[in-house]
Amino acid sequence: MSRLKLFIPVGVFVVLALMLWRGLYLDPRTLPSVLIDKPLPEFELPTVEQADRLISKADLPKEPFLLNVWGSYCLPCLQENPILKAAAEKDVLPIIGINYKDKTNLAQMWMDDNGSPFDFSIVDADGRLGIDLGVYGAPETFVIDGNGVIRYKHIGVIDPQSWQEEIMPAIEAVKAEALN
Amino acid sequence: MTTPAALTNSRRGAIGAVRILLQIATFALLCLTANAWSAIDTFEFENDEQQQRFRTLSNEFRCPMCQNTSLTGSGGGVAEDLRREIYYMIVEGKTDEEIEQFMLERYGDFVLYKPRLMTETLLLWFGPLLFLLLGGWIVLGIIKRARPQVQEAVVLDDADQERLRKLLAGVERQEEQDKSNNR
Amino acid sequence: MVPELGQLTLILSFCLCVILGTLPLVGASTGNRLWIGLARPLTAGVFVFLTLSLLVLGYSFVTDDFSVSFVAQHSNSLLPIQYKITAVWGGHEGSFLFWTWMLSGWMLAVAIFSKAMPDDFVARVLGVMGLIGAGYTLFMIATSNPFDRILPLSPPDGADLNSALQDFGFIIHPPSLYMGYVGFSVVFAFAIAALLSGRLDSAWARWSRPWANAAWAILTIGIALGSWWAYYELGWGGWWAWDPVENPPMINWLLGTALIHSLAVTEKRGVFKSWTVLLAIMAFAASLLGTFITRSGLLTSVHAFASDPTRGIYILGFLGLVVGGSLLLFALRAPLMKSEFGFAAISREVFLLANNIILVVASAAILLGTLYPMVYQAVSGGELLSVGPPYFNMIFVPLMAILVIFLVLGSISRWKKTSVEYLRKQLGLVAIASVLLGVVLPLVVTFEFNFGASIATMLGLWIILGIVQDIRIKISNKASILSGLKSLATSYIGMQIAHLGFATILLGAALTSIYSVEKSVLLSAGETVDLGAYDFVFQGTEPVQGPNFVGDRATFQVIKNDQYQRDLHPEKRVYTQSGSPSTEMAIDAGFWRDLFITLGEPRESGAWSMTIYIKPFVRWVWLGAILMALGGVVAVMDKRYRRLKVRTLAGEATEAEQAGKTDQNLRPASN
Repeated sequence: MSRLKLFIPVGVFVVLALMLWRGLYLDPRTLPSVLIDKPLPEFELPTVEQADRLISKADLPKEPFLLNVWGSYCLPCLQENPILKAAAEKDVLPIIGINYKDKTNLAQMWMDDNGSPFDFSIVDADGRLGIDLGVYGAPETFVIDGNGVIRYKHIGVIDPQSWQEEIMPAIEAVKAEALN
Repeated sequence: MTTPAALTNSRRGAIGAVRILLQIATFALLCLTANAWSAIDTFEFENDEQQQRFRTLSNEFRCPMCQNTSLTGSGGGVAEDLRREIYYMIVEGKTDEEIEQFMLERYGDFVLYKPRLMTETLLLWFGPLLFLLLGGWIVLGIIKRARPQVQEAVVLDDADQERLRKLLAGVERQEEQDKSNNR
Repeated sequence: MVPELGQLTLILSFCLCVILGTLPLVGASTGNRLWIGLARPLTAGVFVFLTLSLLVLGYSFVTDDFSVSFVAQHSNSLLPIQYKITAVWGGHEGSFLFWTWMLSGWMLAVAIFSKAMPDDFVARVLGVMGLIGAGYTLFMIATSNPFDRILPLSPPDGADLNSALQDFGFIIHPPSLYMGYVGFSVVFAFAIAALLSGRLDSAWARWSRPWANAAWAILTIGIALGSWWAYYELGWGGWWAWDPVENPPMINWLLGTALIHSLAVTEKRGVFKSWTVLLAIMAFAASLLGTFITRSGLLTSVHAFASDPTRGIYILGFLGLVVGGSLLLFALRAPLMKSEFGFAAISREVFLLANNIILVVASAAILLGTLYPMVYQAVSGGELLSVGPPYFNMIFVPLMAILVIFLVLGSISRWKKTSVEYLRKQLGLVAIASVLLGVVLPLVVTFEFNFGASIATMLGLWIILGIVQDIRIKISNKASILSGLKSLATSYIGMQIAHLGFATILLGAALTSIYSVEKSVLLSAGETVDLGAYDFVFQGTEPVQGPNFVGDRATFQVIKNDQYQRDLHPEKRVYTQSGSPSTEMAIDAGFWRDLFITLGEPRESGAWSMTIYIKPFVRWVWLGAILMALGGVVAVMDKRYRRLKVRTLAGEATEAEQAGKTDQNLRPASN
C-alpha cells in the first residue's frame, strides 16, 4: 500500500468541509413553491365581506393581481399591511385577500381597526384552499397573471425592501406581458 | 425556541433582520412549540388497516411549516389541516400513491420524508450500497493477502491439516485458558 | 461585578489553554523536561478557572441576575431552583461553556490517571487537548459570551426557560451526552500524541482503551437518555426520530463502537493500527460535526439553537483546522501496511474488521442522508428535499442485521485462524435454534406471522444463544459452572454484557415498532375505552397549579381482565410566563409493555381528546443501552489496565518491545 492512499481521508474531508461551508449560506427554510406557472386551484368560498355569497375562480380579476394570505392572529400581516394599503391606494394592481384559518368576525374587526388593502377577502376557515395553494402559514403573497396563473410567490412578511426588489419587479413583468 | 436558519439571510442587513424576526414570531406562534406538543385527532376509521395507513402516512410526510417534524409530531396549523386531508383521502379510498401525489403537487419534494427515486437522488439511495461494496472490496483485499505465517512454509495433506488443526486448536484453547486463569 | 469575574476566568483559561497547547508539545519533541512537566499543572489550572467560570454563571442564574443577557433569555424569577441551575446548559452560550468545562474535566482525569504513562506522552496528550480547549474558549469569548450584559437597561424579569426543557430529562440528558461526546477528544488526543511521537504500538492501544470504553459507555447512556426523554416528553411515543441533530451522536456512537473493537485488535494482535488511529480521528470529527450542525443552523431541527453564520464559520474553521490537520498528520505519519498479515481469511481479526467496515458504512450512510438535503439544495439551485426516518430505517436496519451475524461469528472465532468446521460445530445448533424459535415464538404469542418480528427475534436469539455458547466453551473444562464463571476475564464479561445489551436494544426497537398499538378518542368523564387487553376509564379532570404553570390533571383507571390495575394522571399545562402549552404524559412503565396516555384538548361538550398507546418491549431499548454502558464500564475495570499503572517505565519499554516482536507485519513509518 502506498502512502498516497493515506491521503484519501483528508481528501474526503476537504470535500465535506467545502460542502458544509457552502451549506452555511443556504437557507433551508424558504420553500420554493411548486405551483409557480400553474393555474390557481378551483374553489367555492364566501368572502369576509359577504358571508352568504359563494365566489369561485371565475369571480377573480381578469387582470394581474396580488393574492395575499393573512389572518388577524398574524403579527407580520399587520407589519406588511401599510405597504399593501399604499399599493392599493396607488392602484398598482388589485389585491385579493385570503383570510386563512381565521374567524370571520375577528377578520372583520382587524380590517376595521387597521384598514384593508383588499378588494375582498376569501374566507378559508379550514385552510383547504391554503393547502391547494401550498401555503404553510400567513403571510404569503402570490402574484397572479391575467390568465389566473401563479407567477410569483413571496413567503413571510413583505417589507419595503422586498416589495421594491422582489415583488414589484414580478408584478411589472406580469403586467408588461399582459400588454404585449 | 424555533430558531429558523432563515438567519443565514441576514446578510441583507437590518431590515432583513427585522423581517426575519417577525417571520420567526409567526412560526413560533403558529407552530406552537413543536416539542411538548402532541397532535391528537379523533378521526373515525372504517377499519384498522385505514388507521394504520393514516399513521404511517402522517409519519412519512414532513410538516411544511415547523422545524423538523413529521405531520404526526407537529402541532402546527397546516399540519393539522394536512392530516385532516389525508384522513378524508383515505376514507374516500385514495391509494397511498395518490395521496403522495397530492402532497407533492402542493408542497413539493420537501414534504416527503422518503425521497422519490429520481436522477438527483440516485446517490442518496444507492450511496450506502456503494459504500458497502467499497467496504467489502477492502475486506476482500485484506483477506486475499491474509495468511497466518505459521503455516506458510509447510505443505500438508488434508489428514495432516486436520490433525494439525486439532492440535493447534487444543493448544490455543489451553493457552487461552491459562491466560484467563492468570488474569 | 460577579459576571465579569466569570468573564475574567474564562479569558484566563483561554490563556492557560494556549500555553498548554504549545509549551508541553514543544517540550515533548525537544526533550525539554521542564516544559513537559508544565502539562499537568496547567491542566489543573484550566480546570480550576473553567470551574470558576461555570460557577459564576450558575450563581448568576440562582441570584436572578437578569442583567446577564444569557440569564435573562433562559430563566425567570419563578423558575424552580433545579431548572435555574440547569438552565446553564439551556441555551447556546451556557451549554458551550458547560461543554468546554467537561473537556477540562476529562483533561484533569487524564492528568490524574496517567501516572503509568511516560511523561512526554502525557504532555502530548494534554497539549493536544489544550489546543482543543483554546479553540473552544476563544469561540466563546469571540462569538458566544455567556457573560454578556444588558446594561444599563436590564430587564426586570427573564423570559423563562423553554417549557419543553423544564423536565427531569433536561437535568440529566445534556450532561451525559456532552460528557460522552467530549470523552472522544481524549482518545483523539491519544491518537494524535501517538502519531506525533511515532509511538503507535500495543501499549498505546492499551492506554487508550479504558478511555475509549468510558467515553463510549457514557455516550451510550447520553443517547439513551435523550431517546427516553423524547419518548415521554414529545407525547406521541416516538423514541428515535433520525433528526439531523440526533444523527451526529449516532454517527459518533457507531464510530466509537468501531473504535473500541479496533483498539481491542490493535492491543491484542498489534494489527490495524492505522485504521484505529483513523477511527479515533473520525469519532472526534463526528463530535465536532455535531457541534457544528447544532450550533450553526445548518440544518433545521427541533434541537438547533443559535443559528448564526458567524458561529458556523468559526466552528467550521476550527473543524477544518483540527480535523484537516489531524488527517494530514495521519497521511504523513501513519504506518504503512505490509503486504502480508498475521491472520487467516477466517479469523477473529477478519470478522472484527468486517464489523468495523459495516459500522463505518452505516455512519457514512447516516451522514449522507443528513447532509443530502443541503447538497441537493446547493446543486439544484434552491430546490428542497427532505430525508427522514423512512430512509434511515430502510438503510440502517439491514446493515445492523449483517452486523449482528458477524458479531457472533467474531466473538466465537479465534485470533489468527479459525476453521469453518469449528464455527459450524460451535454455532450450528445456535443458528438452527435461533431460526426455529424466531419463527415460533412470535407466532405462539400473537397467533400471527410477522416477517419483521421473526427476523428480529432470530437475530436477537442468535446473539443471546451465541453468548451462552461462547461462555460454555470458555468454561467447559472447569470443575463447576461457578468456578468457570469466576475464571472469566473481567473485560470478557464486559464484552458479553454489552453484546447482550445490543441484542436487547435490537429486540426492543424492532418489536415495539411492530407491535405498538394506539387509539385516539374523545371521552367524557365516566366513559371507557378499550385497547388491547386493557380498559381505560376516564374519571374526569381537575385543575392544578404549579410554581410557574397552570393546568388540568386527568384521572384514568386502568383495568385488565376486570381487575383494577392502577390510576394514571396525564396533564395539560400552560406555562404562565411564556404562555406555551405542554403535555405531560402519564406512563405505566413495565418490562413487557408501557401504557401511555396523552391528553389533548377539551371540547365544548366537556369531552377531552386523548391518545392511548400500548407499547410492548419499549423499555428494552433503554434497558439494552444500560447493559451496553454497564459492559463498557466493566471492561474499564479490567485488572490489566490497573496493573499497568504500577509498572515502571522500564517495564513498559520491554512490553512494548515484545509487542513489537510478535507483530512483524506492521512497522512504524520511518520518520
